[in-house]
Amino acid sequence: MFLSARLRAQPEFRQGARDMLPQAPGIAAWGLMTGVAMVKSGMSLVESLLMALLVFAGSSQLAAIPLIVAGAPIWVILATGFCVNLRFVVFSLHLRPYLMHLPLWQRLTHGYLTADLTYVLFTRRYPQPAHDSGAPDVAALRACQEAYLAGNCMVNWGSWVGASVVGVALAHWIPPSWGLGFAGVLCLLGILCSLATTRLRMVAAFAAGVSAVALWDLPLRLNIVAAIVVAVMLCLTLEQRGQTPSARPAP
Amino acid sequence: MTDPWTIEVILGLACVTVLARGFFFISSRPWRLPHWAERGLQYAPIAALAAVVLPEVVMSQGQLIATWQDARLYAAAAGAAAYFWRRDVLITILAGMAVYLPLHLLLGW
Repeated sequence: MFLSARLRAQPEFRQGARDMLPQAPGIAAWGLMTGVAMVKSGMSLVESLLMALLVFAGSSQLAAIPLIVAGAPIWVILATGFCVNLRFVVFSLHLRPYLMHLPLWQRLTHGYLTADLTYVLFTRRYPQPAHDSGAPDVAALRACQEAYLAGNCMVNWGSWVGASVVGVALAHWIPPSWGLGFAGVLCLLGILCSLATTRLRMVAAFAAGVSAVALWDLPLRLNIVAAIVVAVMLCLTLEQRGQTPSARPAP
Repeated sequence: MTDPWTIEVILGLACVTVLARGFFFISSRPWRLPHWAERGLQYAPIAALAAVVLPEVVMSQGQLIATWQDARLYAAAAGAAAYFWRRDVLITILAGMAVYLPLHLLLGW
């Protein structure tokens, strides 16, 4: 991943890092508040730091904290974490053709470090895997894509983990009532707007947002996965009917 | 106090992160998605973001908010407007927080 000199030598590595940089403050604010939340819930310093460094998944951390505090059975906590992370399973399905040429441990490392924004920025820059793109040099394009992903991941990981650690350290000075975590939501909102390039994608956003609210009462935050399924199905149906002539992605 | 049970849970959750994010990378059998599913996936990123973001803006404690006096509504609107004005995510965050913090901290919305 980003420790590999081979990837860092590629110009696309810098590009990936540059594209993620404007997102870093939002990610950091969110990481900060997650750090604060862990300590405030009564987790010890070591536990909070370990969680920030290893789990590296804000939503599943936030979902697990109350369960850990309540002493829930470990399988319930892990199952909850997995369900909250189910959207990443969808992402891995999408990213599979981009990464399958790599050995297993590299694929898993890339997967582990690919969070929401990394996935979104990566697929925005490379809408197609190398072997579908018609590029003359597939191997070179694959190397570019991998380097871009690594640059994305480095900035994303650094700002998240760094801010989480700061949050753990400053937990007693930052009251959650300030609501700084909302910066993380705004960051996601900005990325969302940047993806709204076709009418059908706007339909997808609207349908998924409304479904996620309507299905909120589903257990284990399954509302998010259900909302993705609803939105994708709806858009595929609309696409097939050809009701929206503007369905082609904007340049 | 750090107890071994919590450490176990944390290590377990780290494995869950790897398993979820690498779920379809594990098997190396060659197969491809059906074409319709591949097309459908282009809607997944924006759908996932909307599904995470909208509840964070219009719900609190599992309920749809019933008041207009909520800083998040105006902050999100300002953030989105700022994005379409300047096409910059950092501007989105700054504009949104510039609306959010005064409403939230001074007016208590």
